[in-house]
Amino acid sequence: MAASSSRCVRLILWKYGSCGKNFCLSRSRTTSQLPVRQICVSSSLWKKNLAAAGPQKFTQEFIDKQVEEFEIGKRHLANMMGEDPETFTQEDVDRSIAYLFPSGLFEKHARPVMKHPEQIFPKQKAVQWDAEGRPFHFLFYTGKQSYYSLMHDVYDKMLVVEKHQDKMRNKGLFMADTKQISLSGSRWLLKEEMEEILVENISDQDYLRFIQLAERLLSMPYCSLEEEFILKFRKPLEVQSRNQEIPVLQHDARGVAFSVADGRRKSAKARITLIDSGSGNITINGTNYLRYFPVLQDREQLMFPLHFVGLLGRFDIEGSVEGSGRSSQAGAVRLAISRALLSFVSEGEVEKMRQAGLLTADPRIKERKKPGQEKARKKFTWKKR
Amino acid sequence: MNLHKLSLRLRPAVTQKFRCLSIQSSGQELEAVAAETPSVEPNLLSVFRTSEQDPTCHSETHSGQYYTLPPTHIQKLFPHGLPPRFQMQVRTFNEGCVMVRPAALELISYLKKADYSKPPLRYILYGETGSGKSLSLCHTLHYCYTQGWLILHVPDAHLWVKNCKEMLPSTYNPSRFDQPVQATQWLKSFKITNEHFLSKIKTTRRYVWTKRESTEEGRPLGELVDQGVNRMKSSSDVVGAVLRELRLQAGAATEGEEVFKLAVAVDGVNALWGNTTLKKEDRTMCEPEELTLIHNLRKMMKTDWRGGAILTALSQTGSLFKPRSAYLPSELLGEDGFDQMEPFVPVCVSGYNEKEFESCYLYYLDRNWLQHPHSRSEEGKKELIFLSNRNPSILERLCAFL
Repeated sequence: MAASSSRCVRLILWKYGSCGKNFCLSRSRTTSQLPVRQICVSSSLWKKNLAAAGPQKFTQEFIDKQVEEFEIGKRHLANMMGEDPETFTQEDVDRSIAYLFPSGLFEKHARPVMKHPEQIFPKQKAVQWDAEGRPFHFLFYTGKQSYYSLMHDVYDKMLVVEKHQDKMRNKGLFMADTKQISLSGSRWLLKEEMEEILVENISDQDYLRFIQLAERLLSMPYCSLEEEFILKFRKPLEVQSRNQEIPVLQHDARGVAFSVADGRRKSAKARITLIDSGSGNITINGTNYLRYFPVLQDREQLMFPLHFVGLLGRFDIEGSVEGSGRSSQAGAVRLAISRALLSFVSEGEVEKMRQAGLLTADPRIKERKKPGQEKARKKFTWKKR
Repeated sequence: MNLHKLSLRLRPAVTQKFRCLSIQSSGQELEAVAAETPSVEPNLLSVFRTSEQDPTCHSETHSGQYYTLPPTHIQKLFPHGLPPRFQMQVRTFNEGCVMVRPAALELISYLKKADYSKPPLRYILYGETGSGKSLSLCHTLHYCYTQGWLILHVPDAHLWVKNCKEMLPSTYNPSRFDQPVQATQWLKSFKITNEHFLSKIKTTRRYVWTKRESTEEGRPLGELVDQGVNRMKSSSDVVGAVLRELRLQAGAATEGEEVFKLAVAVDGVNALWGNTTLKKEDRTMCEPEELTLIHNLRKMMKTDWRGGAILTALSQTGSLFKPRSAYLPSELLGEDGFDQMEPFVPVCVSGYNEKEFESCYLYYLDRNWLQHPHSRSEEGKKELIFLSNRNPSILERLCAFL
């Protein structure tokens, strides 16, 4: 018995053998005629399997402690900056941190940050079961309890609406064309945003089913009863053009309106003055635009904003541009002209211009050369051997 | 095409009326004419075409309108004289229509008023690239031709200072270089243009070409020219001799012959004083002075003869080592050229004004050159104005692919 067990142990130890700790089994002469082998065991056996443990769990007390520390730290920071701790907002915190810890890193998320722990530590579910191991929620064993409970909630609302409909029909006051919830100017929450709310992962099909159910609720008459509930899951879209900065319309000595605007593309900078009641003369850097941009493509770029708005022969343009090459200078001037045009044009036209892409600054820049490659993308000649 | 033939048929009946009609004529006059002729054509004709084919009678009223160059005149006067793109357009449209423009009208009026018993005046056409200098020169030459002048036309002097494959040391003067190919070509064009003069003008001196060949005194100029055409080796010297003869005899009435006026027309005159891209045998750069043709032409530019006019046009496109933005005479001619050409009468050629652009646009529409449907609309026209900035050559190149 002892011999066989010892052999088993030796076998097991031999199976997991590699480099690492050396094990010597010393045996008494009487029991074994088997040779003594050096058995190596890898140290990986002794380390914990980190990946299997899952994401790090923070307890509620830990989070509370972090919140306390954050609040105290905020007051300290306010004192340091010489401002009132009571009225120290998050923006002031960001500003102070950027001042105290200046960073040249390009990646904004890598810079020093001091935010409320709720924004830093990922949201986690509290423990879902009691001390005896019984789960609190009745849908725990579905695996996606928040999602299914949400679906049940929506269905409950649908039943409520149907009950209301029946009541109205009984009274004889049923009208099919009641106030519908206005859906324009908002969109459904995205799958990622839903996951954030539910604090659990849902699949694409689950998300689609939820949207279908919500839309079915919205298609029923009298759904305005549950308007507040549904609007929780819709995000309002802001009209982009309201963010547009329109340059001020100025008037010169003779009363002629003009506006000034800048434009940039790659490293070319342009500054344009758009003068009303002109005849279509364009002067760039003191020379005629026909001389400055001999290539047709550049002149087409200049023409695009004016042609789009339909005011081709109305303006005189005078401007200066510097830097970069011919195509970028043309792009910079085009952006400057579009921006200057905003002050002569109505809001609907502004939205159209934005959708046409006239007001977007082209973000493309020369890509960085990487080490180990010839240029940004070109690799060295690949040799098989 | 049909419109053109119709205009030819209508011309005897309509010309009188059209001569007194100006562009700003009221609709009533047009209607009165329209009663006799079909209603559509006169309106179009009067806007961008004129039936006045004789350059002598062109005036400000015809400004902005196209007149047709008769094909026979084109063949005789401009065998290689027209700008290449215009030649292509003539071939495509089957007709050579030139716009009457203020610069050419100005030149013609100067020529009409000049006194030909005095030394010739030098006229220089200058302007931005592609504004119509060469064509204005051709228009003026057509006027001279119809008046019976002797035309000495160098289509592009830049062709003589670059891309010459063969360059021989001159027989007459060893320090200079000959260009046989260019000289022969020019002599051929000269022969075609001035055929009826060749038998009338006689040489004043004996010219010896080689040991066996010579031209005696008193022989007709045609023989000289033939000598140059047949014998390529001595063609550059023949050119020099021809120029000398013409210089001596223009405006001077010899017995039995009438006075003829000489028109010296050089396009790209800044080539005479610029740089060359030709190399000598020891690989150094050749000066324009060292080329026989250029040397003789420079002598023509001097005003030591009488009975004619010197019409020149500058050109930046063919010029060597000159910046693209240069278009003024002082910039393109250089110091040397400016001193030699001074005093001269400058004539500025600018781009199309609104009326001229309108008539050019209508001409292209009439010839079905603008195929794109959008180009026929008002916005299309505005786009064309913007993209070409009313520059004639840019507009032509733009419309070529529409």
